[in-house]
Amino acid sequence: MPNAKLLPTGQARIEHMEMRGIVKRFPGVLAADHINFDVRAGEVHALLGENGAGKSTLMKILYGLYQQNEGDIFLNGERVFIKSPADAIALGIGMIHQHFMLVPSLTVAENVALGLKSSRGLLLDLDVVTNRINDLAKTYGLHIDPSAPVWQLAVGERQRVEIIKALYRGAALLILDEPTAVLTPQEVDDLFVTFNQMVDDGHALIFISHKLHEVLAISHRISVLRDGKHVGTVPTREATKQSLARMMVGREVLLQYDRPPVEVGPPRLQVTDARAASDQGTEALRGVSLDVRAGEILGLAGVSGNGQRELAEVIFGLRPMTGGTINIEGRDVTGQPASILNTMGMSYIPEERMVDGVIKDFTVAENLILQDHGLPVYSRNIFLRPGAIAQRCAELIQNFNIRTPSQETPIKSLSGGNIQKLVLARELARAPRVLIAAQPTRGVDIGATEYIHQRLLDQRAKGTATLLISEDLDEIMALSDRIAVIYEGEIMGVVDRANASIEQLGLLMAGVRQETTAEQSA
Amino acid sequence: MQLNQLLRNPRLERVFVTLLPLVAVIAALVLGAFMLILMNADPIEAYRDGLYEGAFGTKNAVADTLIKATPLLLVGIGICISFRGGVINIGGEGQMIVGGLAATWLGLEFRDASPDVMIPACLIGSFLAGAIWGGLAGVLKAYFNVNEILSTIMLNQIASLWMGYLVRSVLISEKQKNSASPIPETDRLPREFDLPRIGERLDDIYKFFGLPSDKLWATTLLHNGIIIAIILAVLVYIFLWRTTIGYRIRAVGKNPRASRYAGIQVKHYVVLSLVLSGGFAGLAGGIQVLGVRHRMNAEGGAIAFTGNAGFNGIVAALFGKLHPLGTIPAAVLFGALLVGGNKLQRVVQVPSALITVLIGLVIVFVVGSDIWTRRRTQRRVSVDGAGSEAQPETEGIT
Ligand SMILES: Nc1ncnc2c1ncn2[C@@H]1O[C@H](COP(=O)(O)OP(=O)(O)OP(=O)(O)O)[C@@H](O)[C@H]1O
Ligand SMILES: [Mg+2]
Repeated sequence: MPNAKLLPTGQARIEHMEMRGIVKRFPGVLAADHINFDVRAGEVHALLGENGAGKSTLMKILYGLYQQNEGDIFLNGERVFIKSPADAIALGIGMIHQHFMLVPSLTVAENVALGLKSSRGLLLDLDVVTNRINDLAKTYGLHIDPSAPVWQLAVGERQRVEIIKALYRGAALLILDEPTAVLTPQEVDDLFVTFNQMVDDGHALIFISHKLHEVLAISHRISVLRDGKHVGTVPTREATKQSLARMMVGREVLLQYDRPPVEVGPPRLQVTDARAASDQGTEALRGVSLDVRAGEILGLAGVSGNGQRELAEVIFGLRPMTGGTINIEGRDVTGQPASILNTMGMSYIPEERMVDGVIKDFTVAENLILQDHGLPVYSRNIFLRPGAIAQRCAELIQNFNIRTPSQETPIKSLSGGNIQKLVLARELARAPRVLIAAQPTRGVDIGATEYIHQRLLDQRAKGTATLLISEDLDEIMALSDRIAVIYEGEIMGVVDRANASIEQLGLLMAGVRQETTAEQSA
Repeated sequence: MQLNQLLRNPRLERVFVTLLPLVAVIAALVLGAFMLILMNADPIEAYRDGLYEGAFGTKNAVADTLIKATPLLLVGIGICISFRGGVINIGGEGQMIVGGLAATWLGLEFRDASPDVMIPACLIGSFLAGAIWGGLAGVLKAYFNVNEILSTIMLNQIASLWMGYLVRSVLISEKQKNSASPIPETDRLPREFDLPRIGERLDDIYKFFGLPSDKLWATTLLHNGIIIAIILAVLVYIFLWRTTIGYRIRAVGKNPRASRYAGIQVKHYVVLSLVLSGGFAGLAGGIQVLGVRHRMNAEGGAIAFTGNAGFNGIVAALFGKLHPLGTIPAAVLFGALLVGGNKLQRVVQVPSALITVLIGLVIVFVVGSDIWTRRRTQRRVSVDGAGSEAQPETEGIT
């Protein structure tokens, strides 16, 4: 391409990428059914669709991780064959996966250099790499210290490293598969600044997210997939949340719920002055006290990384406490292991569901019985009851609309959101007396979000005491009876939802304590 | 890349992956053929008249193959449990030895008791001894964070030294003790304690149906051990996939974190994996004593007793895809290689090291093909969240 314009990175632009009639079959699933999709230099093309609609699959085909069964890919009008990520990278296509693929013990610069040819033959050229990283960082507002080891970085920073890595390798077209799922709202804003800069420079971006407001804020065009089919493509300025939801799900999605008043019972979960250390040994919980009563949802708001995860883990006996007590229904369970808490009707939906909540090599059915395989429903003496398991799992799969070819499918071949739904199905179906739900709707589509919210409210009506940990203030506001705000391992205040405003919560989340919002006790 | 094209068809791929170990064996044999040619031996003669004839040519050869396969299978099913439980047990040798010692000691100590009691007692004793030996490494791993590869290897050494000491002192036979140059060996266990020969049983069955006795089988040394091992392989399969305990072992092996979150006592199951794995290796030792050797002899060191089955059993298990049922044919195959290899060596007059090389080649090809398939599947694992293992990111980057 002699007269193609160059990007600031020196790479040729990809003026137009087009996928035509892409078909991809997996055993038992048609993941892509004659999909057409294209993106141009200087635009963000968003890809929307329910969990399992085929978004990731389509993008993996473009990145050479999967091969399509039918269909062609064109770059600047020329047909190309992408057989591996190496081919994709050579053509200027980069991809950021939702789960980062960095080596934690190496520094940022080392991670970027990993797998690249050194300009000095056998000798490392980390100084060259470092300079270039600094250049890229400056151009795109990706602030990062090239000499920092990756394990020290927060999620948002790791993501910047991934983007730099892709740019370093000369990506002119960048695929971002749910990059915002794990980011705080502030980090999302920063990321969008970077996106805009890249687009202005002539990069082409493909952006996947389940959050409609993000898609509306950043994209130029939006394509919707459903069941592996291309439903339509619309210019973003003609789209609204409602219209997009209708295209995705095929019906109206409200995301507003009836919250019938529920008789609040005695406290079921009481945390008193909990103290614990983080994985890095720093003080993560500095005297947290909370109580959650039967029939109540207590929202725990806060920017993630302020001790939420540690709190859930100490409650569930997964992390040693350095002080304080945990009471479940009046019984002191401080330091009791998860195996005991399980039998007391406690359920925990962990935030890192991919690592903590499922066993990826196990089948759908095996994952659905992870805690309860020892109960009489699933086993007699030591023998599992395959018939009973299959029947129960079929119900869960149906009720929670988990898209899977069969119960015997290893869950690693399910779509990301469907794995999330599986964990939620398992935990909610246990009819817990106390439920800890951490970021329960992260990574799930809006239809499923609505369903999960409804289920949490149903549990509330049945008397479950729920601790809802979420970064999403809309979610907290929609579901909670009371809202506690955590900041740097301390509770900044607890407010009644009726009196809470987003501004007030925002201040608390930023660490501005308001003495006036004294603890509520009924 | 023709192959890759072909493998896009999922069904073809499954067939291919299942047959891959066989392909690996054939590839190893082909490479071995070139080595034979270099050594001026005729590979066809070597494989047909040596390897095949030696392993399967006569009933005695088949019997010999199965006798060799028995400890491989028993160690192998133990390995299936431990590897599935995420624990790498390299201690099969030591566990076999303590199992053999336990069986020998029990058999000699209670030599007047009834064989109906003593044969099961010796076998159970050998299982328990091996279980303790494996469990030791399990406790070290679970509670003291000692790497099980190191500890099991060291326990091999300890067991081997123990054998040397015990067989030279407490367990040594009266006759040897009083001789001028004593051979370090124990008394022979009472003949009644020998594991019944399969041929004898077959003869009973023939007689029952009024058929003429099958002399040839009756005279082979093939003992009941292979049947015990096959039954146990089936039971272990049921154990791993149909019971809650097996489920937990596999869960802990695949993802200890999620298992802990789910309330599984991860440490217990780490120990249990090694206990069971060691138990089966111990049983292999016990069966060697009751079925083949009928005494312990410390002369040739550990290998003379185990025949390396503690290590080769690992290979057999890997060859069987860490599936107890898959390990059955794998153990027979390696038994055949061992037995047939001996004959091959005699037929074409090549150094015995060549057999070791040949088996080594098979191992390299099998392990290599395994890594290859794993890479392939990993590449297909969804990456946006469903796959977190090492990804092929750097694979083709230039
Ligand atoms: N490696 C695989 N093997 C078998 N089936 C697969 C594989 N990867 C994806 N699938 C199936 O293809 C379909 C589409 O999955 P995909 O991951 O593309 O969905 P998605 O739109 O990205 O969903 P999500 O929003 O949940 O991430 C799903 O039904 C999934 O089960
Ligand atoms: Mg996806």
